[in-house]
Amino acid sequence: MIIHDVICPFCGCLCDDLELETEGGKIIKVQNGCALAESTFMTDTRLPAPIRRTETGWEEISYNEAIKETAEILQGADRPLLYGWSSTHGEAQSVGVHIAELIGAVIDNTSTVCHGPSILAIQEVGHPGCTLGQVKNRADVIIYWGCNPIEAHPRHMSRYTTYATGFFVPDAQRERTVIVVDTRRTDTAGIADEFVQIEHGGDYAVLSALRAIVRGKASVIPAKVAGVSKEQLIRIAEICKRAKFGAIFFGLGLTMSRGKYKNIRNAIELTDELNRHTKFVISPLRGHGNVYGSNEVFTWMTGYPFAVDFARGIAFYNPGETTAVDILRRGECDAALIVASDPGANFPRAAAAHLAKIPTVVIDPHMNATTALARIHIPCTAAGIDAAGTAYRMDGVPIRLKKVIDRGYPDDAEILKKIYDRLNGGKGP
Amino acid sequence: MTELWVKNACVIDPLRGINGEIMDIAIRDGRIVESVSDRADVIDAQRCLTLPGGIDSHTHVSGTKVNFGRYMSPEDMRAGRTKRKGKMHVTSGYYVPTTFGNSYRYSAMGYTTLLEGAMAPLEARHTHEEFTATPHQDMMANTLFDGNWAVMDAVREKDVRKTAAVVAWTLKAARGYGIKLTNPGGTEAWGFGEDLTGIHEMVPHFAVSPAEIITTMIRANELLKLPHSVHLHCNNLGKPGNYQTTLETFDIVPDLNPDRQTLYATHVQFHAYGGGTWKNISSKAEEITRSINSKPQIVMDMGQIMFGRTMTMTADGPMEFNLHCLHHNKWSNHDVELETGSGIIPVTYSKKSAVNCIMWAIGLELALLTKNPYQCLLETDNPNGAPFVKYPEIIGLLMSKRYRDEECATLANGVEQRTSLCALERELDWHDIAVMTRAGQAKALGIVNQGKGHLGIGAEADIAIYPIRTDSVDPAREYRKVVEGFQKTRYTIKRGRVVSRDGDIIVDGANATFWVDAMVPEDLKMENDPEFIKRFEQFYTVRMSNYPVQDVYLPRGRRIETEVFT
Repeated sequence: MIIHDVICPFCGCLCDDLELETEGGKIIKVQNGCALAESTFMTDTRLPAPIRRTETGWEEISYNEAIKETAEILQGADRPLLYGWSSTHGEAQSVGVHIAELIGAVIDNTSTVCHGPSILAIQEVGHPGCTLGQVKNRADVIIYWGCNPIEAHPRHMSRYTTYATGFFVPDAQRERTVIVVDTRRTDTAGIADEFVQIEHGGDYAVLSALRAIVRGKASVIPAKVAGVSKEQLIRIAEICKRAKFGAIFFGLGLTMSRGKYKNIRNAIELTDELNRHTKFVISPLRGHGNVYGSNEVFTWMTGYPFAVDFARGIAFYNPGETTAVDILRRGECDAALIVASDPGANFPRAAAAHLAKIPTVVIDPHMNATTALARIHIPCTAAGIDAAGTAYRMDGVPIRLKKVIDRGYPDDAEILKKIYDRLNGGKGP
Repeated sequence: MTELWVKNACVIDPLRGINGEIMDIAIRDGRIVESVSDRADVIDAQRCLTLPGGIDSHTHVSGTKVNFGRYMSPEDMRAGRTKRKGKMHVTSGYYVPTTFGNSYRYSAMGYTTLLEGAMAPLEARHTHEEFTATPHQDMMANTLFDGNWAVMDAVREKDVRKTAAVVAWTLKAARGYGIKLTNPGGTEAWGFGEDLTGIHEMVPHFAVSPAEIITTMIRANELLKLPHSVHLHCNNLGKPGNYQTTLETFDIVPDLNPDRQTLYATHVQFHAYGGGTWKNISSKAEEITRSINSKPQIVMDMGQIMFGRTMTMTADGPMEFNLHCLHHNKWSNHDVELETGSGIIPVTYSKKSAVNCIMWAIGLELALLTKNPYQCLLETDNPNGAPFVKYPEIIGLLMSKRYRDEECATLANGVEQRTSLCALERELDWHDIAVMTRAGQAKALGIVNQGKGHLGIGAEADIAIYPIRTDSVDPAREYRKVVEGFQKTRYTIKRGRVVSRDGDIIVDGANATFWVDAMVPEDLKMENDPEFIKRFEQFYTVRMSNYPVQDVYLPRGRRIETEVFT
């Protein structure tokens, strides 16, 4: 069977034009997708049933048993952490928040180790952005800063920016100027009209220099700023000011390098400044398919996009204190539920090591590095493959992920609801 | 079968001509009926003021920009937070509360139905997700068409039928309720950082003017027989001297519908400014209300501002950027491809600012100078003018000259000369307030026959019982009692169930979402129009098949089907 207009749940692009061929409950062919999409749909490392660690290895247990034991672990904990959420749908995220509220847990999503600093910057100065179609239809200047979309978001350029045909940009390749800013010459840098190579940790200085030039203060700029010549900086500033519509996309190279959220704040303020000359927008390139959805769901339910602590009864937010990495690193957390993510692979060593010391339960379709640290792993559906649900694209556009096959696994939202029911004496959220 | 008997209620029900009668109300299975059995639960209203459930016909509580207002404002989330209590979830936020915060606080004030003021169709799914998490009010969503490319193309071709067809397709796809135009044409211009300054200026690249968009959409709206009229946020919001644009706009509105207005002009306070700069800004409320009083085809809402901190959020992206250049605080912008724009900035309305004081006075003047209360509804454009929790204070101000005088005495110097507020003696009565907070809204939104805004037999049993005895309170003197009384109902009844008691929510909510499925002749169905499909697939970034909101997002959707036009 051929299924059209399938949404790839892997990255924040949420490309929705894939064509899948299925046969006998299996996906046999993926068309229109990138290599990441292909492996998302074609690779499946699912456990046949929940497993529990024994003294010597693992044993299979029933879903009921796994759910019961998970509820007991959470019930018995003083400082439980519910972490992950970015690769599942909003329906599961929402049940997660209800559980956190019920038991006074900390709930956090993967923003904590990716665009958390970007969120902090936005909370200080706001976010001049737009949907990706605005960029596609209007932008004549595209800036990729501290990111490498060719590898991390392979279709970003063909669907939304550099190569996309837009209403006001009918000849995209000719009409768009692409600027790439990075500390190293990436594949993406290879296709840039201007490549700006910055010394490590120099982003903040370069952003400040550009702001000064845009404000008409080029005279204060030295001959070189973090390895970038003054001439190039002036040229870039001019390209930006003369743009009809400019769009900056940034990645972890800006967010997680020296300066962190200050870099993003500076980039947003540069965007703000450019809007006094022309139209300019800025957006983070979000990684996990539905990480933005976890920010959205957390926000309408609790008021905060990530790192929400219910221990006081109210929703409390203080990144650096209530963020998952910090709670683990301080050894504060005494039980963890990990859903739809892999902190075992992505967290700093000390934080991941603490997960191995405490009872950790993983609810995830696939075995991953966190499984190795966990006490229980409960396999479930994968949102967008064998479960439908809501995901938010990196620009905030909500899309309904499709269920393309049935593999007989329970939906993670259903597993979470059962855990909630047990914690709440049989009553749902 | 569930039955409820509300006895000794002092009822004001303007749509049925009831003004302060002591009556009993019988409710069965969520609707008002003639009588109930003696097994019914009984509430003794003790002669307290009993009104149909409150309706907000223009508020921003759900969707992309509201949630972004929360996202960017942890400082506000800390400003209002409550713990889990009984059936109530944790809430955060004061001027942009979480969905549960909105729902509980509206319910405590007796509000049972809300119209979200602005929903971009591309992001409609988000609005509906938040509606589901706003459980104690029935919801509906104004759908944005101000910069819709397909609409502008049809308007340019002077094709009302095609315009109507695009509207019908989009409303259905977005599960929207009515047509919203926010700074028509201006939001498209903002796509390249421009704005429009008058209703006859042309939208760049599209060769249509705001006036053409407005008049064609009005005709399309009436052709489709939509329950609500076109809902307009005029061009030039918030600019000194903009009253001229507003009056020009009012002048082009025909009178096409005998049952309701032909245009709903929203937050008119922001569109009633004289002068030419912030230094000489003045009130033009008299001019605006003179126009309104002579045009029964227009209904407006106040857009009252109240002093304090709040968040402005609108699809009017260029306006927000201008405001940002004045305030120098944080600014968010979010333009939506082929459809509209939006912007968000926090503001503080201060009594030290003459401009803010004049704005405050204008909203009240509009209400006091409009002869027919059905033509000036009470709103703050929540949270733009003030968070909705300020409505009781506005009621107090409208009912008491003394309260207004006391407030006026605390304002910045020079305000008195630039508004006429202090000279206005009018004090609204309970009936006026009932019109301006529910009956008028129900009529304007076209939901009277859905059983909203009145307590007649068959109506939905949405009822607010306030701890106010109208026979023993003199609102002119005891305005504090009025304000307190409207802050917290004794009972809020939603579809026959007591949902809120003395300010606390006591049940899980089960709201409904109203949306309009407008019928068009077979040959006008946009889903079969090859040109429409081609442009959609070329210029949107989602596939046309993935665009419509699925039914699963409206677990209690109430579809209103219109009659097909010929």
